[in-house]
Amino acid sequence: MSLKIIKAGVLDTIQDLGRYGSQYLGINPGGAMDRFAAQVVNMLTGNDIYEPVIELHFPSSIFLFEQEAMIAVGGADFSATIDGEHIPLWQPVIVAKNSILQFEKWKKGARCYLAIKEKLNIEKWLGSYSTNIKAASGGFNGRSLQKNDEISFKEKCDYKCFLKDNDFVALPWKADILWKETLIERIAIVPGNEWELLTKESRKKIFKDFFVIGSLADRMGYRLQGTLNAKQGCELVSSIVSFGTIQLLPNGELIILMADHQTAGGYPRIAYVASAHLPLLAQKQPGDKIYFRFTDQENAEELLFLQPQHLLQLQTACKFRLAEFFSEKEN
Amino acid sequence: MENSASYKIYFINDSAAAIDFGNVIDKEINAKAVALFNYLKQYPIEGMIEAIPAYSSVSIYFDILSLRKKIPSHKKVYDWIQNKLNQVMASKVTGFETIADLVRIPVCYDEEFAIDLPWIATQKNLTREEIIHLHSSRQYHVYMLGFLPGFSYMGEVDEKIAVPRKPEPQPILAGSVGIAGKQTGIYPLNSPGGWQIIGRTPLKMFDKNKMEPCLLKAGDSVEFYSITKDEFNHIQDNPPLLRRGVGGEAA
Repeated sequence: MSLKIIKAGVLDTIQDLGRYGSQYLGINPGGAMDRFAAQVVNMLTGNDIYEPVIELHFPSSIFLFEQEAMIAVGGADFSATIDGEHIPLWQPVIVAKNSILQFEKWKKGARCYLAIKEKLNIEKWLGSYSTNIKAASGGFNGRSLQKNDEISFKEKCDYKCFLKDNDFVALPWKADILWKETLIERIAIVPGNEWELLTKESRKKIFKDFFVIGSLADRMGYRLQGTLNAKQGCELVSSIVSFGTIQLLPNGELIILMADHQTAGGYPRIAYVASAHLPLLAQKQPGDKIYFRFTDQENAEELLFLQPQHLLQLQTACKFRLAEFFSEKEN
Repeated sequence: MENSASYKIYFINDSAAAIDFGNVIDKEINAKAVALFNYLKQYPIEGMIEAIPAYSSVSIYFDILSLRKKIPSHKKVYDWIQNKLNQVMASKVTGFETIADLVRIPVCYDEEFAIDLPWIATQKNLTREEIIHLHSSRQYHVYMLGFLPGFSYMGEVDEKIAVPRKPEPQPILAGSVGIAGKQTGIYPLNSPGGWQIIGRTPLKMFDKNKMEPCLLKAGDSVEFYSITKDEFNHIQDNPPLLRRGVGGEAA
């Protein structure tokens, strides 16, 4: 008994928080593009943040639940429905056996995450559940989900007393993620080792102008429209790059490396995105405008420490609410 | 690390730093980077997630959230990391150079596989045999793995067969052996790529089911030897068990 894919989406994969420890072999970390959303949906179901989740792009797969489950959906808004009725984002939802989860309409964002309390029965590869499509490894058979795939669950719970005759029941609390979306207007970037290669004008322009995400924007990286100038041509020997590295291409365009980046690259690394702002970037798509703001290592570090504080509070609150909810119903 | 006076530390993101020995492709500098990587593997710095060697640098990822809890709150984690890395570099540690395995790799330079060999022959005014001879008559150093799982950057090829990358990447099949500038390398997986392809190895350079999924590692030595199409088929159908070992035959 499990989750069955009755129609395949364009690119739906199993992801977690990334595969670290194998980059020396050329195996990239991969993992969820929006690590924040992936953690929050897991927390909402009471799962550990390292549990695998399903990362959905639009159009997304259609799922059939062959057993009862508690799920949480968050990240992009693709109008999730259970048997045709809308379910809320960022909220735990109990779904009945034989219910169908569908994503009907694109509303906002680029990547939506689905967590399941019953836990996907997936094996780790090199320490991670993330799908590495290039290596045809990790996740579900090393590939995106296809029609008729069935993923079994590790656990089984009885939710009959909560569901009664309903197709689903949304639990009465919601993760507060507004602070993330409203507080950040500009994406903070820190000058990288090859920053000085940019001309003085370009070093100003990057913070003044907006950039439009071009049509080449996927899990590997986002090409930005518009160009910057380098003082001189620069040939680098291949060195290590990461999620958030901003490279200057020979034609003056910028590329921001995303979760499925290569481990090494030879283009100048003019800056990197403060990792606290990567989740925001992960929800952008071709045609979206982005603005950058300058920050330094010290501030990027502070930004990064804010997020776990929010997440820790959320995790504690979720655990408390879940425990309370289940004990009330039992009594 | 000894003899590593000249290096630079910089951050590649808010949780990873690089120790850079200079923007060069040089066997001795690469040996320093690989030795540092080996050292860190054996003696990881507190909070270190992983180290990754490249041509002339080593990058180190940290779990900065756990470090934040351990380090006094008035201190910045990145300062702490920088100090730690300087301490490592100042310590007199030797003996971490990679003991290079010599891996002999069979390559079939048959027309069917060597899709860019005719172009190189015309460009460089060489015969097919000369190119094969030049490519398979020297030992190469594995500088690093990157780009794809198990993709090895090796060098240096004879100047006579050094050719630029293709202007646009093309689909390349697993096992293909290519040249880009003075580098040579093997595509472990089917992938788009820009290197000029001169042959194919029947060996699996990357096997996800193995504990050590990659045949080569940074610091190894590689020799290529020419095989016929029949030998290629035979090796592919009967994958050799012994693939590694000092001075070992790869097939």
